[in-house]
Amino acid sequence: MKAKFLVPLVLFLALAGFLGYGLTLNPSVVPSPLVDKPAPDFRLAKLETPEEQFGIADMRGQVWLLNVWASWCVSCRQEHPILVELNRGGVIPVIGLNYKDERKDALGYLRDHGNPYVVTVADPDGRVGIDYGVYGTPETFLIDREGVIRYKHIGPITRDTVKNVLLPRIAELSRAG
Amino acid sequence: MQAELLLRLSRATLLALALVGVALVVPAVQAAGEATPVVDDPVLEARVMDLSYKLRCLVCQNESIAESRAPLALDLRNQVREQFAAGKSEKEVIDFLVARYGDFVLYTPPFKATTVLLWIGPGLLLIAGAGWLLLRLRIRAREQGPHLTDAERARARALLEGAPADSEEQHS
Repeated sequence: MKAKFLVPLVLFLALAGFLGYGLTLNPSVVPSPLVDKPAPDFRLAKLETPEEQFGIADMRGQVWLLNVWASWCVSCRQEHPILVELNRGGVIPVIGLNYKDERKDALGYLRDHGNPYVVTVADPDGRVGIDYGVYGTPETFLIDREGVIRYKHIGPITRDTVKNVLLPRIAELSRAG
Repeated sequence: MQAELLLRLSRATLLALALVGVALVVPAVQAAGEATPVVDDPVLEARVMDLSYKLRCLVCQNESIAESRAPLALDLRNQVREQFAAGKSEKEVIDFLVARYGDFVLYTPPFKATTVLLWIGPGLLLIAGAGWLLLRLRIRAREQGPHLTDAERARARALLEGAPADSEEQHS
């Protein structure tokens, strides 16, 4: 074999290729086992009107987004204008899950930055968050008409995410059924 | 002079010892100031911590939920404690967490199709390496030394014995 001396080079290139690919991955994004499973049920008090309750069943028959946010969450501020835009466009109802927050702070946040949510429910002790496998805000779940989670986005939503990821999926889910 | 020096030295030693003492005591005092969970049931707490060391905190990823100070780790520890207190088995609690956070919460991943390579990969590499080594050794054992003609052998012997090389050397 004449090209034997090339073996280490080829091995090195293969290794470099794997490592290079590894660099493009985001280790903080952990695939959720909840995708394609029914969204965990909850019944929580609404943030603005705590005497009223809200649950998954109220959204049956609609394609909707569940956005987990908190007033203390810095990257939530980053995605907030995009949610406001999404709401203004009337593309999809967004339900807010106010995660481990103080009611006063959360209301102040919505007053200052605009309220993109059809309904916001309060999860002050983060129990529903655990049911949804939330480990960092913001997280956004796309839920279909049957109440099945079809997609989970971890981290702030960007215009790019809306255009290339969310809108095509929303269109597809709205067509089906 | 010398006595004074000794005195100074011993003073310095005393001071150093005192400082070490303070350094040892201060963290204990601080720790006492923190809200340590009331341990009603040490056996339960031991089980909670035992399992918590096997679970990854998803916020810090390289820490278990027993070690992490992230709020989520605290919440998950509370979940584990609550479920144990409610009489759930360790497997049930693990299933509960895996259903929500995926296999990634486990420091010991389960053996299944997607993790086969992870589990048997090192073994495969070892076997492959040992096999390759064995092959090389066999080949080497089968190979005899370079084949020499009688003339070359005689020349080699002459060289080894220190005799002057003959004219044939020129071609090298």
